[in-house]
Amino acid sequence: MLKPQPPESAPVVKKRISDPLPVQIVLIGLTLLFFIGFIFLPLGLVFAQAFSKGWEYYLESVREPYAIEAVKLTLTTVAIVVPLNAFFGVTAAWAITKFNFKGKATLKTLLDLPFAVSPVIAGLIFVLLVGSRTPFGSWLGEQGIKIIFSTPGIVIATLFVTFPFVARELIPLMEAQGRDEEEAALTLGARGWQIFGKITLPNIRWGLLYGMILCSARSIGEFGAVSVVSGHIRGQTNTIPLHVEILYSEYNFAASFAVASILVFLALLTVGVKVTLEKQFQKNSFHH
Amino acid sequence: MEFFQRKRRNILPGFGLSMGYTVFYLSAIVIVPLSMIFFNTIPMGWEPFIHAVTAPRVLASYRLSFSTALFAALFDGGVGLLTAWVLVRYQFPGKQFLDALVDLPFALPTAVAGICFATLYSPVGWLGETLTKWNIEIINTPTGIVVALIFIGFPFVVRTIQPVLEEVEQEIEEAAQCLGATRWQTFRKILLPHLFPALLTGSTLAFARGIGEYGSVIFIAGNLPMKTEIAPLMIMAKLDQFDYAGASAVALVLLLISFSMLLLLNAVQEWQQKEYR
Repeated sequence: MLKPQPPESAPVVKKRISDPLPVQIVLIGLTLLFFIGFIFLPLGLVFAQAFSKGWEYYLESVREPYAIEAVKLTLTTVAIVVPLNAFFGVTAAWAITKFNFKGKATLKTLLDLPFAVSPVIAGLIFVLLVGSRTPFGSWLGEQGIKIIFSTPGIVIATLFVTFPFVARELIPLMEAQGRDEEEAALTLGARGWQIFGKITLPNIRWGLLYGMILCSARSIGEFGAVSVVSGHIRGQTNTIPLHVEILYSEYNFAASFAVASILVFLALLTVGVKVTLEKQFQKNSFHH
Repeated sequence: MEFFQRKRRNILPGFGLSMGYTVFYLSAIVIVPLSMIFFNTIPMGWEPFIHAVTAPRVLASYRLSFSTALFAALFDGGVGLLTAWVLVRYQFPGKQFLDALVDLPFALPTAVAGICFATLYSPVGWLGETLTKWNIEIINTPTGIVVALIFIGFPFVVRTIQPVLEEVEQEIEEAAQCLGATRWQTFRKILLPHLFPALLTGSTLAFARGIGEYGSVIFIAGNLPMKTEIAPLMIMAKLDQFDYAGASAVALVLLLISFSMLLLLNAVQEWQQKEYR
C-alpha cells in the first residue's frame, strides 16, 4: 500500500540506540541469505534459463505466433479490467469516505472479500454462474453468447480477482485527506463534478495511479482463476501465464522461461514504479 | 485520522449515485457469483455433502493445505520480522534496493514463481543438485509447497510490521536502557509485545493467502494423490470431471476457513486498536 508519509519534522539530530555491530552484521547477513535464496536466485534463474539456448531462440520464443496471441489476449483483458475496476474504486471510495452511513464497516469488509477467496474458487464461481451446464449459461449459449472458455470469461474472472485493488488504495488515502477541501469548494459554489475534477482527483492522482498499476500487474499475472475459465485453447484463450504453463509442461523450458521473463520484467517495473510514486508522494505532502 | 469527530452532516453531492453504483457493481462481480457456491451446495443435501468433503483424498488435501500454509506463515513471521527490523533499524548499502524487492512476490505472477522454484529445486537444478546429494528432497514433497508459500506470504509480514516499527518511540527504548535493561531484554519485553499484533496480522494474512494459493504451488508440488495434492487442486480435479456439486462442496469448506481467518483478523485488529490508542 502506498502510505501517506508525513514530512520529516525539523531535523533533530539524535543518536538512535542501535545494536552492536556484530549483531547488525549477523542479522543483515541472515536477511541477505533469505533474499538470495528466495528472490535473487529465482530471478537469476529465469534469465539463465530463458537465454540457455541463446539469443535467437529467446527472440523466436517471444515472437512465435502463439506467444503473440497470448500477449494480445492479456493486453485486451487489462484494457477492459483496469478502467472498470478503477472507475469502481473511485466511486466506492467517494461513497465510503465522503459520507457517513450505517454499515460502512461491513461494506469495507465486503470490498476485501475477493482477497480471501482462492483464485481457483474465483474461477469456479463463474463456471457455476455462466458455464454451459448451468441454466443461465445454456440460455446465453442459445443466444450465441459464449462466456466460459472464451475471452469474456477470462475478463470477468480477472475483474473479480483484481476487484479491491484501486478501492483499497484510495479509501485510506481519502480518509486521511478528509472532506474539508470539497466542502469549502461546495460553499464557494462549485458543482459536484467540478469538486471532483478540481479538488478530489488531483489529491488522489498518485494513489489512483498506483492502484491501477497493482490492478494491471495482477490482471497480467493472474493464473488460477483464469486457468479455470480459459479452457487453454492455444492462440485463442491463452493468456501469457497460461502460455508459460503450457510450454513448461511440454518440457520446453527455454521457451517457457523466455516468455516468463517478460512477466518478470513487468513485475520489476511495477516494483520500481511503486518506489518512484512513493517518493513523489513524499514530495507532494510537503505542499499540504 | 479523524480528530474531534463530531456528528457531521453529509453535504457533498453524489451519495445516491456513488453508493448505488458501488452496491450494484459489488453485487454483480462479487456477491452474486460467490453465492453460487451456496446454491450449488445446498441441493446436494447434508449426507452427500459430508461424503464429498470427508473423502480421504479431500481430507488429505485440506490437511496438507492447512499445515503447509501454517508452517510457511510461521517461517514468514520470523523472517519477516527480521527483514523489517534490518530495513528499519540499520543503515547499509543496497538497503533501498532490498526494501523495494520485498514487494516482488506481490508483483510476480504466481505461475512464474511456481516454475522458478520447481526448476531451482529439481534434481538437476541450482539448489536441488546439492540438496539431492545430501538426501534432502524438496520437489514433489510438502516441503516444496512450504517453500513456495514462504515466498508468496513474505511481503505480507514485512509490510505490516514495518510501519509499526517505524513509529516506535526512541524514548521507550532509552527508558528501558536507563533502567538497566540489556538490549535483548528491551527487545523481548518492550518491543516484541508492541510488534506482536502486527506480526500476528501479517502472519495471518500470509496464512490465509497460503491456504488458497494455486499457481506457485502446483509446479513444485508434483500433485501426488494423498501426498501432495492441495485443496484448490481438488476443486480443479472435480471441475475437470464436471462434478460441479462436489467442487462447490470442497470450495465451501475452504471459503469458510478463509472467512473465519479474516474475522479472526478483524478481532485482532480491534483488540490492537484498543490496546494502543
